[in-house]
Amino acid sequence: MSGIPHDHYEPKTGGEKWLHARLPVLGLLYDTLFIPTPKNLNWMWIWGIVLAFCLVLQIATGIVLVMHYTPHVDYAFASVEHIVRDVNGGHMLRYLHANGASLFFFAVYIHIFRGLYYGSYKAPREVTWIVGMLIYLLMMATGFMGYVLPWGQMSFWGATVITGLFGAIPLIGEPIQTWLLGGPAVDNATLNRFFSLHYLLPFVIAGLVIVHIWAFHSTGNNNPTGVEVRRGSKAEAEKDTLPFWPYFVIKDLFGLAVVLLIFFAVVGFMPNYLGHPDNYIEANPLATPAHIVPEWYFLPFYAILRAFTADVWVVMFASWITGGIITAKFFGVLAMFGAIAVMALVPWLDTSSVRSGRYRPMFKWWFALLVVDFIVLMWCGAMPAEPPYSTISLIGATYWFAYFLVILPLLGVIEKPKAPPATIEEDFDAHYAPHTGGTETIVKPAE
Amino acid sequence: MSHADDHAGTRRDFLYYATAGAGAVVTGAAVWPLVNQMNPSADVQALSSIRVDVSGVEPGTQLTVKWLGKPVFIRRRTPEEIEMARGVPMSDLPDPNARNANLPEGAEATDPNRALSPEGAEGEAAEEWLVMMGVCTHLGCVPLGEAGDFGGWFCPCHGSHYDTAGRIRRGPAPENLPVPVARFDGESEIVLG
Repeated sequence: MSGIPHDHYEPKTGGEKWLHARLPVLGLLYDTLFIPTPKNLNWMWIWGIVLAFCLVLQIATGIVLVMHYTPHVDYAFASVEHIVRDVNGGHMLRYLHANGASLFFFAVYIHIFRGLYYGSYKAPREVTWIVGMLIYLLMMATGFMGYVLPWGQMSFWGATVITGLFGAIPLIGEPIQTWLLGGPAVDNATLNRFFSLHYLLPFVIAGLVIVHIWAFHSTGNNNPTGVEVRRGSKAEAEKDTLPFWPYFVIKDLFGLAVVLLIFFAVVGFMPNYLGHPDNYIEANPLATPAHIVPEWYFLPFYAILRAFTADVWVVMFASWITGGIITAKFFGVLAMFGAIAVMALVPWLDTSSVRSGRYRPMFKWWFALLVVDFIVLMWCGAMPAEPPYSTISLIGATYWFAYFLVILPLLGVIEKPKAPPATIEEDFDAHYAPHTGGTETIVKPAE
Repeated sequence: MSHADDHAGTRRDFLYYATAGAGAVVTGAAVWPLVNQMNPSADVQALSSIRVDVSGVEPGTQLTVKWLGKPVFIRRRTPEEIEMARGVPMSDLPDPNARNANLPEGAEATDPNRALSPEGAEGEAAEEWLVMMGVCTHLGCVPLGEAGDFGGWFCPCHGSHYDTAGRIRRGPAPENLPVPVARFDGESEIVLG
């Protein structure tokens, strides 16, 4: 599958041969499970498994929550309380699902920044990256609609603000907004369709996850050096790799166990820590909470949305050059979606010939600043829209765009990268001295 | 299709295009109801006109009613509030448009153009009533009354300030709070829609 030479599945028993001639499903499983994997992968490579676990957790808890939830404006809020108070183990299921969304986004952000640092988006893995970005967009849509379902004050007003974004589109914005809501304002029709889509989209995500895995199984995994696995012969490839099963499965499961330890501590002891008290007040269309805050995982992009007010010169310029079609409101919407779009385009914006940030002395600092920028924007998004937060948001948003549109294209020209190791084996041996004996012996794949 | 030199329109080409065209039309016809079902249903559209009794509203107080799923502010303003709104020069307004559905489009955002007058009212009484959607023109939150830097309304979501005539003065909101289609029926009843 991966273009890396390795053993293929050979049906042995009569039954296997019978099935293989009709449906080569066992071969597919074998190739997927035993795929040669770079043996120098570090702990940043465990988040894929954590994400797969999150998807399964959310679908499993979601399906059973639906057995007790009522998607109607008069009953939704009460039915969530009914789940927490009356349904057997309902409080656990509900809080697993609510905090599961947080774990999902926490893991996806580390996974994305891992890819940004080690250049996992670079050729030939652009399709893996783009599919990953689509999954991320669908996750945001699903997370947003899921947060509306408990029908609390934050649910209602979050839905009003976010669907209002579509109303900001010139000319066709208002009909689109009405179409999305099913009426002039967020109401029962909105709740029902969000419920329907919240149930549907995770299965679309599951399909895209298969495509995502298929794509990087076709190119082979990236690794911390960014150096490709040697493909000259099977013996050569085996010096750079180990089969996914059992080596990486066991490692990933250990990582998952540590993550789940913390996750269950949060679910058990502080299940509402990441939520908002306002969402325990039933939705009221006539009163806005004093301070509408989205879930933490939307905050950086929410800060970018709010950063571009009418007194910022780029907004004034955009408004002037389009004859007023682009208002400050629409500009903010464009900036928010643009912030994700530039990230999706990064395979073509990064001009460096070296893949991994490990060998890029200047890139390292700009990347570290991007991580800080992301956290600062997250903090600003949680603060009220007033000075100094509005100014900090604007600086943060500017850096976000500058990193992708200016710094990455220029760095490839300016920077003098260090020489990466010639092979993955060399990098691995440098970390785990192979010929000194002792405890750090190399594990050979079963032959 | 089958012959490289056969470029002129053939019967087979025609059949391909006709089939593809018919397929596209049928697909569109099948998808449209699935899209259109999301537009407002008949029962939602039916609630488009309501009557509000305002006989109990004293000067300096405000009534909030729900109309089309959104709040409508009905405020009986004090002479000071009217005075303050009248005193604002047009050049100070980010949005010079009255945004009043009862006036021709493009009317100026003067105080009389924002107010709703009972039939035959004159002077101060003609500008006493302010009827407008309680929906911030930024992203749709409900502004708080008697708040903000201009003595009118303040949107807590992203900090838009409206004056005592509901006109945007500062903040991210692009437009004045819109005045819906409304009229007085007698002295104490307002018809919305």
